[in-house]
Amino acid sequence: MTIRDKAYIVGAYEHPTRKAPDSSVAQLHAESAKGALEDAGLSLSDVDGYFCAGDAPGLGMLSMADYMGLRNLRHVDSTETGGSSYLIHVSHAAQAIAMGKCDVALITLAGRPRSAGSSGLQPRNWGTDLPDAPFETPFGSVTVNSYAMVAQRHMYEFGTTLEQLAWIKVAASHHAQHNPNAMLKDVVTVEDVMNSPVVASPLRRFDCCVVSDGGGALIVARPEIARSLKRPLVGIRGAGEAVKGQLGGEVDLTYSAARFSGPRAFEEAGVTHADIKYASIYDSFTITVLMQLEDLGFCKKGEGGKFVADGNLISGVGKLPFNTDGGGLCNNHPANRGGITKVIEAVRQLRGEAHPAVQVPNCDIALAHGTGGFLGSRHGSATLILERK
Amino acid sequence: MSKPYQPNPYTAPTIEPGNEHFWEQAKAGQLTTKACKSCGKLHWYPRTLCPFCMGETEWKNVSGKGKIYSFSVMQRGNPNPYCIAYVTLDEGVTMMTQIVDCDLDSVAIGQAVEVVFKPTEGEDTPPVPMFKPV
Repeated sequence: MTIRDKAYIVGAYEHPTRKAPDSSVAQLHAESAKGALEDAGLSLSDVDGYFCAGDAPGLGMLSMADYMGLRNLRHVDSTETGGSSYLIHVSHAAQAIAMGKCDVALITLAGRPRSAGSSGLQPRNWGTDLPDAPFETPFGSVTVNSYAMVAQRHMYEFGTTLEQLAWIKVAASHHAQHNPNAMLKDVVTVEDVMNSPVVASPLRRFDCCVVSDGGGALIVARPEIARSLKRPLVGIRGAGEAVKGQLGGEVDLTYSAARFSGPRAFEEAGVTHADIKYASIYDSFTITVLMQLEDLGFCKKGEGGKFVADGNLISGVGKLPFNTDGGGLCNNHPANRGGITKVIEAVRQLRGEAHPAVQVPNCDIALAHGTGGFLGSRHGSATLILERK
Repeated sequence: MSKPYQPNPYTAPTIEPGNEHFWEQAKAGQLTTKACKSCGKLHWYPRTLCPFCMGETEWKNVSGKGKIYSFSVMQRGNPNPYCIAYVTLDEGVTMMTQIVDCDLDSVAIGQAVEVVFKPTEGEDTPPVPMFKPV
């Protein structure tokens, strides 16, 4: 059994807002859904599958299905793995379509952390009854220092340098200058990153993604439906998912769950790293990118620093163009979760609809990867391999 | 440059059912965790069922000595900088904690540390296990 050639991404939409103090979260979800349906050339009544995650307000799935008026649902899925959820949703939608459980699946994400003043500096309120919280919350465990501990260990273990990490931000900024909606459009240098203030050592401000309001949506459909529409065909060729935690106290920060989700996706897709023309790599922080590139096998473990240096991730310059929308580091990280924007930019690239300055020529196979949750404690990992048909 | 440790207010832990013993021992200055009655392995954080084999578990005292596995000095968004860390205990398990009672700029991976319990906010709340350089 495989999802290969069983489903296509027919609609993709990134909400243009980066600050929406006067919009509700539900409204941003609905506006994103509307944009993706218009992009696909489909309507609300066509949707019979709906996927959302923890950013959906109220009763989540139930609240948003009711708010948007989704009356024809016969398949729903609210898999929650933080920012990687939406890549898993694409895979699960393809699985559901392959099994005949739905024909047109809608996936939405939206949030307004910027307006709400929520960032990776504060502890999240996950409620009570958490088994791990009493052993972590008192120590000031927040998003940024979880990733920072991974960076610290990587530097110790492999000799990775701060300059090498800085190159990831530099590459993202080179792409963001061409995106009119990007929150940070200025090109930065390695020196600029090195001079930005430390947030959680060794990570500096420019190692961290933006905090933005916004949203995004995707439509996944059966091949027959996809072919009846007027948009370029983007097929789902392979997918992998995995989770990793603290392993009962056998903590090992040198690898992420991408070590498992990556090979699963490559195997299903039947492609190799040399076939990947473009990669959307989750960039909550620069270290997230470096870890994923290694664990996905784009370079050997420990050599990520060398791999990202000297502009190797810049479109038209390096070997592996990444995050050509500017990514979470410069463009957008709606709901403090960037997973859906990773898929959206991969779809743009495969359609040939990225900005001409960053469009990868002959982009026929692309990879999108998400890491959700906390890289230093427990996280989800999802890899998609997509192709232009 | 130096960043002498200065305490922040520490949120009191929620005492989950099954973990009362851990926090009682913390008040007495003793670090504990649980080991499996079936496979014998120690784990962190303490659970009722072993995360390696789902066997039943029992409390064990540990030495409170270990080495820093990784750390990060948080320098934004709080009254004072603080150093979150993972410490690998001599018994083998790695736990999340803070490094205290030292110049935070001098903290390093591999450094030998020992447990010190720090008070938390509120009345009659248990202290939490942090570590200081030996």
